[in-house]
Amino acid sequence: MIGKFTGKAWKYGDNINTDVIFPGKYTYQKMEPEEMAKHALEDLDPEFTSKVKQGDILVAGKNFGMGSSREQAATAVKYAGIRVVIARSFARIYFRNAINAGMPAIKSPEAVDAIENGEEVTVDMAKGEIITNKGTFTFPPYPETVMKILENNGLINFIKSIIQT
Amino acid sequence: MAQTFVEKLMSKKAGKEVYSGAIVSIEPDYVMSHDNAAAISNTFKKIGVGKVKYPERVVIILDHEVPAPKESSATNHKEIRQFVQEQGIEHFYDINKGICHQVFVEEGFAMPGKLIVGSDSHTTTYGALGAMSAGIGRSEVAAIWATGELWFQVPETLKIIINGEMPRYISPKDIVLTIIGQIRADGADYKSVEFTGETVLFMDIAERMVLTNMAAEMGAKNGYVPPDHVTFDYIRGRAKAEFDPLYSDEDATFFQVLEFDISKISPAVAKPHTVDNYCPIEEVAGTKIDQALIGTCTNGRISDLEAAAKILQGKKVKARTLVIPASWEIYREALKKGYIETFIDAGTLVLNPGCGPCLGAHLGVMAPGEVTFSTANRNFKGRMGCREADIYLGSPLSVAASAITGEITHPGRFL
Repeated sequence: MIGKFTGKAWKYGDNINTDVIFPGKYTYQKMEPEEMAKHALEDLDPEFTSKVKQGDILVAGKNFGMGSSREQAATAVKYAGIRVVIARSFARIYFRNAINAGMPAIKSPEAVDAIENGEEVTVDMAKGEIITNKGTFTFPPYPETVMKILENNGLINFIKSIIQT
Repeated sequence: MAQTFVEKLMSKKAGKEVYSGAIVSIEPDYVMSHDNAAAISNTFKKIGVGKVKYPERVVIILDHEVPAPKESSATNHKEIRQFVQEQGIEHFYDINKGICHQVFVEEGFAMPGKLIVGSDSHTTTYGALGAMSAGIGRSEVAAIWATGELWFQVPETLKIIINGEMPRYISPKDIVLTIIGQIRADGADYKSVEFTGETVLFMDIAERMVLTNMAAEMGAKNGYVPPDHVTFDYIRGRAKAEFDPLYSDEDATFFQVLEFDISKISPAVAKPHTVDNYCPIEEVAGTKIDQALIGTCTNGRISDLEAAAKILQGKKVKARTLVIPASWEIYREALKKGYIETFIDAGTLVLNPGCGPCLGAHLGVMAPGEVTFSTANRNFKGRMGCREADIYLGSPLSVAASAITGEITHPGRFL
């Protein structure tokens, strides 16, 4: 999950909550990530799952992922194809869940303002850059702990790697 | 250097002095989960350590879909019971105890100075007893089961000082909805929120739990009320272990200090579809409601039921009304005090303690176009199982008054 990638931007507004990202009625149904992905953003944008492509980028306003601690809200988005989420700000549990799922969550109000829905955006994790049609924006590097989790494609793999060594 | 409560607690845990912004890997005293323990146990098994590192720190309380409404939930519960047995997890509470956040407190796990995490966003509730408690994700719980520790960023602290005497038709729910309306749903994002002031000093534990429960709706990492004699009286005889209360230094660095005078506020309502969509009740008075919900982990304690019973006494409800005590301990007390009889006489449905209706998982689901007025903590679109339905949030007094009239009503009318 560390590298440089380009994808189409799916842009949404402020305060997108976990219930519209992944409805509560599914939270206690046993589901594989691929099936969770079919419900991603179901109550926000019913067309999202049929049109999103592998490697696309989710762009949102402030407080993205507010509400429930449900991890499926991050897992579903990731398995729907989203490689990285860029937002003006994140709700704290969503931020953690995204990182722990191995999906970078990048806070960049400037990039969010610049990005138009549907445009191609490139994110360079190593350089800490977001390249948009309106220019390049930088973001500060993650702390080492967080970087290691992302490098291992998520917390569980990271823990496995520690235990095995 | 002077420290906030949360800086002190994390310093103690990390074995070195840390301040906001630092990242530490530390060991929680307790890790709580509920019906999602089945999914967590699957993730845990993938890690491959076999045994939970500290089974005595694991608390599992079944509450989200109780009793099981369908085969898949029954299977979930079954897997949890098996896992608990295999792993020797003693702190397991089956479907007959109540809502996790209430049971956790009643059973004495919430203690001053403890670090508690849980796979539920309203884990913030335990701060009412002076603990540092935060919601985390499922994988994080699996990681703690395996290794005993987790990474945290030491948060900054937002101090909220509440002063003034509560008018008779005002409850902590009105106070906290009013505050969220001002600071908004991200007003305390990533922050530790410390509730102080004379109003809080005079609140009992149940009332303080409303504030810390709703801290999650400001985006807070945790909510905290400095422990005092009220706290110590409550946990005497309940506390599961020794504890060491911690307090912010007076000269600690706070992110912000906000003061609220609540002596003249109106009963508060959060309109659809966000908790910060605040208005005084007068503004939406007359809005027709189909369903009323009194209870949940936010407002299902004995004082909440007492407030609702006071209003419903001798009346009949016009809106279909669900009453959910937060635990069986509370249910029993409500029974003894005659509240349950009052609710039945008023024509309400008294349900078993559990979370179901609040998140659209089980019971109380709405039809398209319907409106619920609820004492729960969230009103997001689709929250109660139907995306074309509206949820308003308010206090037990307001919801009970509105249940009688079938429209949103100022509780002062019945007091």
